[in-house]
Amino acid sequence: MIGLGQYLTVAAVLFTLGVFGIFLNRKNVIIILMSIELVLLAVNINLVAFSAFLGDLVGQIFALLVLTVAAAEAAIGLAILVVFFRNRGSIAVEDINMMKG
Amino acid sequence: MPEVIMMPTLTPLLAELVLALGALGLLMFGVFAGERSAPTVTGVSIGLLGLAVLLVLFAGGDGTTFNGAFIQDSFARFMKVLTLIASGFAIAMSVGYARLAGFQRFEYPILIVLATLGMLLMISANDLISLYLGLELQSLAIYVLAAIHRDSIRSTEAGLKYFVLGALSSGMLLYGSSLVYGFTGHTNFIEIANVLADGRSTGLVIGLVFVMAGLAFKISAVPFHMWTPDVYEGAPTPVTAFLAAAPKLAAMALTIRVVTEAFAPISMDWQQIVAFVSIASMVLGAFAAIGQRNIKRLMAYSSIGHMGYALVGLAAGTELGVQSVIVYLVIYVPMTLGAFACILSMRRQEHMVEDIESLAGLSRTQPMTAFMLGAIMFSLAGIPPLAGFFAKYYVFLAAIEANLYWLAVIGVVMSVVGAFYYLRIVKLMYFDEAEASFERMPGELKAVLVLSGAFVVAFLVFASPIINAAGTAAASLF
Repeated sequence: MIGLGQYLTVAAVLFTLGVFGIFLNRKNVIIILMSIELVLLAVNINLVAFSAFLGDLVGQIFALLVLTVAAAEAAIGLAILVVFFRNRGSIAVEDINMMKG
Repeated sequence: MPEVIMMPTLTPLLAELVLALGALGLLMFGVFAGERSAPTVTGVSIGLLGLAVLLVLFAGGDGTTFNGAFIQDSFARFMKVLTLIASGFAIAMSVGYARLAGFQRFEYPILIVLATLGMLLMISANDLISLYLGLELQSLAIYVLAAIHRDSIRSTEAGLKYFVLGALSSGMLLYGSSLVYGFTGHTNFIEIANVLADGRSTGLVIGLVFVMAGLAFKISAVPFHMWTPDVYEGAPTPVTAFLAAAPKLAAMALTIRVVTEAFAPISMDWQQIVAFVSIASMVLGAFAAIGQRNIKRLMAYSSIGHMGYALVGLAAGTELGVQSVIVYLVIYVPMTLGAFACILSMRRQEHMVEDIESLAGLSRTQPMTAFMLGAIMFSLAGIPPLAGFFAKYYVFLAAIEANLYWLAVIGVVMSVVGAFYYLRIVKLMYFDEAEASFERMPGELKAVLVLSGAFVVAFLVFASPIINAAGTAAASLF
């Protein structure tokens, strides 16, 4: 029987992978966008698991709203990435270096 | 008995409805009228924000709606009026820049209106879901604003950096929200507080830490400040002026509401987090700004430091503490807008200059501007009898009354260290050899500078109504 703990563990692992994907990745901004999606999906697993465990629908509604906002966020992120690529000619993480920091 | 689905009462959110419908209408108008419509759209946007101020002040009435997800109380009203005013000034300050830099886009004021709508929803959020949706509406509009100079590599880079780190912070906030929901069974702040009154679990504390991390990112408090200097430097200057004022207000208001309503029963836990973040921000804001040569980067570190001082009041966790944070924000906004009015007027030979050294000798070429900027710098440093002194005085007083002596001592020491870089600008303006003068200052920047300079110098005159209003606002949370 798979219980709440297992779902939370999977979500925690995915969340950690997503966060590390953002910080340790030195190659490509697209991978950062994928990592962001991973983080949001980990949250959704958490929400749906809690919702089923508590027998409360609010968590699933929250998860649907997170999905919607994640789509808008990905659209804006890709749009900014495209204008950046037009100016810089590259989307490598190491080329995002016009300003120090 | 079948449940009847009732239309929620819409009267408490009239201002938000006006902004939302107005922004959509302006977007249609802009698309059909083309690029020429930019000045009209700018004017109407400022009008919309003004109308929203009137609606917040005089229409609707207090109460909750949407099953308690949206709340209007005196705290929300106060912060909303402040945010709307800050956004309106930010649009007005962009007019001259738009004309001179060939940057007339009708989308710009509309995006500011949409971001402001997000901020109003954040201020009124009384549920984890409405918190997240308000925050994202604000953030998504600001990502685009930071990258709006789409032919400039610096602006697009600023937008990309802000987007990546902003999305990460939203993710952390959401992960924290999901844990808070899971361990309390509710998303409404009042119900969360009711459950927490019976004790807390470890999972909930982890959730609290993640939520606080996400919120700290939005107010750019250390250790989640990394984006601030780069985004401030890279974004077009009117966008930086907007970023430094209104979103900070909304995020701080949201933080105050989350900790004093949802997490009120576990104040021992969040007070430690807020005190740590506050000390780290004050220290970094004071030391990291010293070596900066670019004035926008300097203002970024300055804003990090100021958010640290404001959090001193919140760390106290009392009604007086919240009142002092509100007073701090009321004073912070005009100081920031005034400083950015000066930065926006730093133009030579058709180009913006952003070097601190180029302010040298300003007292001889433009004595009035130098005087006003000097007053604002003294105020940012916290020198009496200017406004910035009273801001710091009230937060430290609140910390002392809550027996947080060490926090107040660190704050005072750090404001002495921080005074160095503000006074260096005054020294450059008054005692160094003059360089070539700047171009003439556009009228609206002059107006903003004079208004904020007058506020800073004559703060004692308006002190008591502002402090009383902040007291009423804070009282509605306790």
